[in-house]
Amino acid sequence: MKSRNDLLNTEMPESPASRATFHRKILILFAHPSVERSEAGQPLAQAAARTEGITLVDLYAEYPTFIIDVDREQDRLLAHDVVVFLHPLYWYSTPAILKEWQDLVLEHDFAYGSKGTALHGKIFFSAITAGGTETAYCDKGYNHFSIRQLLHPLEQMAMLCGMVYLPPFALFGARTALEEGRIDAHVADWVQVLRALRDNRLDIEAARELPKLNFKLNSILREG
Amino acid sequence: MEGFLFQAFVYLCAAVIAVPIAKRLGLGSVLGYLIAGILIGPVIGLVGSETRELQHFAEFGVVMMLFLVGLELEPRMLWEMRARLLGLGGLQVGITTTLIGIAASLLGVQWSIALAIGLIFSLSSTAIVLQTLNEKGLTKTEGGRASFSVLLFQDIAVIPMLALIPLLALPELAGSGLVESAHDAAALGGEPNAQHGTSLVEGLPGWGYALVVLGAVAFVVLGGHFLCRPMFRYIAGSRLREIFTASALLLVIGIALLMTLVDLSPALGTFLAGVVLANSEFRHELESDIEPFKGLLLGLFFITVGAGIDFGVLFADFGKVLGLTLGVMALKGIVLFALARLFRLAPGDDWLFTLGLAQAGEFGFVLLSFSIQNSVVPPDLSKILALVVALSMMLTPAFFIIYEKLILPRRGGGDEKQADAIDEKGTVVIAGIGRYGQIVNRLLVASDVSTVVLDHEAAMIETLRKIGIKSYFGDATRPDLLHAAGIESAKLFVIAIDDRERAVQLVEHVRRHYPQVKILARAFDVNHLYLLKQAGVDFAVRETFDAALGLGAEALKALGHHPFRVEKMTQAFRLHDEEGLEQMYELWDENPDFSRNRALLARAREHGASLKEAMTSDRLQLHDRTERGWTPPPKGYNNELREEDPAGL
Repeated sequence: MKSRNDLLNTEMPESPASRATFHRKILILFAHPSVERSEAGQPLAQAAARTEGITLVDLYAEYPTFIIDVDREQDRLLAHDVVVFLHPLYWYSTPAILKEWQDLVLEHDFAYGSKGTALHGKIFFSAITAGGTETAYCDKGYNHFSIRQLLHPLEQMAMLCGMVYLPPFALFGARTALEEGRIDAHVADWVQVLRALRDNRLDIEAARELPKLNFKLNSILREG
Repeated sequence: MEGFLFQAFVYLCAAVIAVPIAKRLGLGSVLGYLIAGILIGPVIGLVGSETRELQHFAEFGVVMMLFLVGLELEPRMLWEMRARLLGLGGLQVGITTTLIGIAASLLGVQWSIALAIGLIFSLSSTAIVLQTLNEKGLTKTEGGRASFSVLLFQDIAVIPMLALIPLLALPELAGSGLVESAHDAAALGGEPNAQHGTSLVEGLPGWGYALVVLGAVAFVVLGGHFLCRPMFRYIAGSRLREIFTASALLLVIGIALLMTLVDLSPALGTFLAGVVLANSEFRHELESDIEPFKGLLLGLFFITVGAGIDFGVLFADFGKVLGLTLGVMALKGIVLFALARLFRLAPGDDWLFTLGLAQAGEFGFVLLSFSIQNSVVPPDLSKILALVVALSMMLTPAFFIIYEKLILPRRGGGDEKQADAIDEKGTVVIAGIGRYGQIVNRLLVASDVSTVVLDHEAAMIETLRKIGIKSYFGDATRPDLLHAAGIESAKLFVIAIDDRERAVQLVEHVRRHYPQVKILARAFDVNHLYLLKQAGVDFAVRETFDAALGLGAEALKALGHHPFRVEKMTQAFRLHDEEGLEQMYELWDENPDFSRNRALLARAREHGASLKEAMTSDRLQLHDRTERGWTPPPKGYNNELREEDPAGL
């Protein structure tokens, strides 16, 4: 299997987080089924791949047939302190492979249950790109719920696994973000948040209550 | 016979010793040949006057080279470069001729001689420049393409020049016994050779000549298109390698002969034939057949240039010759650089263009001997001029080295990106286009990957071409054909031939000579897979494995098994099988008799047993591979969760 992946050469370069000594090691599980058409997700993934101390896994590249290596994924979880789902919002949830990943990797007695303490204390959040504008995600908007409400299944997943849940790092109106020149600033914020998490410069308690992680960045970032 | 053998021995010996040394020192093969020539000629004196005759013979290498250049150039590409060809080439020849002519007049030469000198020096050396560009991988650069346009124009311009020169004849030189070297008029230029009466068009009126010329060109184009392919197909069917080579040589020599008979340049004729055949399935086969002849003849040509240097005259007039050479090259260089700017060549490319084309060329020799014959240039002057041409050619490799060492490094990182973009496209060479290779090729082509397909069945190629699959005739296990198909610049090499032994040899060959190319191969069975692996294949699949697995899965479904469970079983089987293959490879040896490898047999039995367990047992591997993750948590796990309060973290 390994040689096949090498050959396809679609795997994102994994920066070996274990080598450097950072406060937190960050694992980003990137899921985009058509990355060649991605306008927002791909720059976010690439920026993360270039940041030191971060492991980026392109799930669709690694498991193109959805046959997920459970042991490998569990080892990855154990080796990191922060777990991030990076994906476009599909029907108010993740693309299919991330759901498959949850179904397979978060086993009883690994992630939950009386003996399932492997993920306790780790930080979890999702980084999403959503087509709808921010105003659509409220009870008066056509999506009727806030983004935090819609992502309650992920929040509860984190809670059941004993993880610390942070609100989503969200880009709204993603289909027009490129034309409106919003991508670069968003990517810059993204790298700032990742670095702050890595170097313990992010106020976790303050961040937990926000409607989205990139709501008022200055209020949760500390000087390094 | 002895004399011939001795000569051949001397020339080959000089080449074999000097060229690799020159190449290793970074001087390029052309300079190596030239040095070899100087050593055996003027320095040691092993060869003498026969070099001039040999040179005319060797000039046929240029004709072959243009045939090969034509093969690389599809008609569409030729049409696309028409502006460069006429603009850049025309201006270069026109302006250089004028300036050098004026300079010569200023030095006190009569105007007609000055004009002839201008014409002689306006030409550059197709042989040296194309050979060097090729060797250094600069052919596809902007500078390389521009150089090629100019050289092509020059080769064509030789024809009208040969018509013009007799008009410049000086009455006082005529009839002074200078025609002794009538045969000096080389085969290359295809100039009228009235003394020997080999011209078909002698004595024809102007319109008749025009008609004959048009007819000959039309014959080459139409014949190349309609006659050559059936002929090659017929010959390929005979499966005699040397007869194919013979017919390729016949084609080139035949066209050269036809062109000479109608007073056209043979180089131009074979170039045209090459262009016509560039689209044909025999392109790579022809390339690999002609290439060695071309290489040797060109090498011989360069040796004769070196050997022909008259050191007596050179030392007598050293300052004068050197001054004139540098003057001519500087003048040519200025014109070239100005044109490069005018045609907006990128920085760096303009220098390649300027330094590369600043010399005089082999056509200069042709024009020179023709001028002597026609009493245009006096013989004393011609000796000096010949030295200038030779010296400028000798300096050219040094100029390319200057370009590589001084100009290229300064071009900086901007070009790296461009190189990447080309690299990303990367071609795939596919050997064998039977039932197996076809599927591989279709998938790749459907994904916009450019492929070069090779097969030794001419009939198969013909069928494929009819349905629009671009493929070439040739035995992919021959190194020279792989080379012609561009294996060096390919990203992947796919082996889909059905000859097991040759497939393994092919992997070994490509792995050794082109380590950067990834090799994917079709394996016949496990033993063949291991042989391929041992030879260094990057990825190989057993040809029947996937198909059989698919049919097995269908069988399970037909028996009423749930399709998704069948899918999981199939995947489990595949993974288990792949693991077994890896494990057994460690114990495998080349001995084809499996029964004598006890360790391997034991492992195979073990693995077979574990497979049964994996597939039938409801726990262990089967569980891990087919059910893991979908296994529901144990009954009553809710009570556990209620006791804890993970949300309080």
